[in-house]
Amino acid sequence: MSSTINPLLEAKGITKYFGTITALENVNLKIHAGECLGVVGDNGAGKSTLMKVLSGLYKPSAGSLFFQGKEEILESPRDSQNLGLEMVYQDLALAGNLPIGENIFLGREPTKNLGFIKLLDFSKIKELTNAHLDKLKINVKSADQKVEELSGGQRQAVAIARSTAFNAKVVIMDEPTAALAIKEVGKVLDLINSLKKTGVGVIVISHRMDDIFTVCDRVMALFQGTNFAEANLSNTSRDEVIGWIMGKK
Amino acid sequence: MEDKDKKIVSLHLKLMPYLEKYGILLLLVIMILVMHILQPDVFLSWRNVTNVFKQISWQSMLALGVFMVIVTAGIDLSVGSIMMLSLMILAVVAKAGAPWYIVVITPLIAGFLCGLFNGLGITLLRMPHPFIMTLGTLYIFRGTGNLISGGTPISGFTDEVRYLGHGRIDLQWLGLEKSQYLPVSLVLIAIVYIIFWIFLNHSKTGKWIYAIGGNPNAARASGINVNKILVIVYSLCGFLSGIGALILAGRTDSGYPNAGLQSELDAIAACIIGGASFFGGRGTVLGVFAGVMIMGILRNGLNLMDVSSFWQQVLIGSIIVLAVYIDVLRRDLGTRK
Repeated sequence: MSSTINPLLEAKGITKYFGTITALENVNLKIHAGECLGVVGDNGAGKSTLMKVLSGLYKPSAGSLFFQGKEEILESPRDSQNLGLEMVYQDLALAGNLPIGENIFLGREPTKNLGFIKLLDFSKIKELTNAHLDKLKINVKSADQKVEELSGGQRQAVAIARSTAFNAKVVIMDEPTAALAIKEVGKVLDLINSLKKTGVGVIVISHRMDDIFTVCDRVMALFQGTNFAEANLSNTSRDEVIGWIMGKK
Repeated sequence: MEDKDKKIVSLHLKLMPYLEKYGILLLLVIMILVMHILQPDVFLSWRNVTNVFKQISWQSMLALGVFMVIVTAGIDLSVGSIMMLSLMILAVVAKAGAPWYIVVITPLIAGFLCGLFNGLGITLLRMPHPFIMTLGTLYIFRGTGNLISGGTPISGFTDEVRYLGHGRIDLQWLGLEKSQYLPVSLVLIAIVYIIFWIFLNHSKTGKWIYAIGGNPNAARASGINVNKILVIVYSLCGFLSGIGALILAGRTDSGYPNAGLQSELDAIAACIIGGASFFGGRGTVLGVFAGVMIMGILRNGLNLMDVSSFWQQVLIGSIIVLAVYIDVLRRDLGTRK
């Protein structure tokens, strides 16, 4: 694993209020290249709020984000995408009626100029999709297959492929295995491992201790909107992490 | 035996995409054949075929607009009223003596603005469903149309204004007879449908319209400005209704209070018959065209056979239900693996 002096992404003192509710208070997080960080916490602990702050969907009430050592202010998900910060949503955020390739490039489709009008470059979409799926060792029948025809695991793979199609440096995954059949979980975890090998920093939010203990290098627990505990995987155990989720040290 | 079964299944899977894409055209061809057999002398005559196209000309514009809206999983109930209001504005402007190029452009602008109003209402006022906004404007636009015209027909436009709806392209240079002309409205339908086919299938915005219909959250997460695209879609729908108004002005030489009454339902019916899904994200421009043609041919054929318009209503209603049922069956077969 390569480790640089500056973390890829660092959040310092993130606080988020919704009206009078404090969703996050002074939360810190960092992720290095090639590292996988597991984020655990009970429902309402602030995991999703934190991820939405990191992906530019919410603006923090206080605190700052540093990307490769430089402070960044995210106004929208587009800003975070431009920095190389991608989010894989729990509901996968794929359009079932569109083919795999068009989903991967949705919103960022390659085009070709035909006179003064820009048309979608379908052959380039297909070519880039096949190359990218090959790189991630994702097997599908064809890039032209509609997403609704895929299994849950294949959809998750497409969602992850989508998040990494544009040189992502950090990928945030919200419950990547929650909706999957058991035999498909392994494939997705393999995929996370291969992302790590390419130097991507991966943040995994998960309730499943199996996931955390298979792919993560470090785990941090949120409790009632604050940093509760954090440890390298080698220095902790399942029981301890489960205790953290319940607020026990 | 098993091999044979596999072959059938694989053939089936290969045929499916084509059937899904072009099945509706098959239905259209069958209908044309049936009508031809029933009315061999008249139905496929030059005069009758051009008639069908002239009759569907303005409906085809409304249907195309509503189709785009349906692809986003929305609905536009106001297209008939947009067309009527645009027509009335055209008539008032024409009567005021404006030059023809101003008269011709007014319904297009009026239609576009009506659509923009719908789009902004749906997105800015956060209407729970486009049904509500466009149900409201169905009344608002028709009422406004009657207010500005005083509720009475306004007739008599110049030839330039009537060109798109009433013009003829002479084909005598091809050695055809004078009666064998091409209606300008037919050429217009072809051009508009081709442009929108390219727009919906080959432009980013078009792809995003389908994506929004498939999963608006996915579109949003992809950085697509969903509200902006919706406003564009409703505006274009209004614009197409404006074109419809211009065609209708040419055909009838008159702006009249009942123009486009209930034609929003015809437009929706054509989309549904043509295979567009009410849940969004599904349907083709070719399908809408086939849907419009099927309704046009049915009306025309039944008129030729002197069937009462009451029976026409019953038949069109039945075809809507039947077409969607065939679609349901087709989908069942398509997903069986």
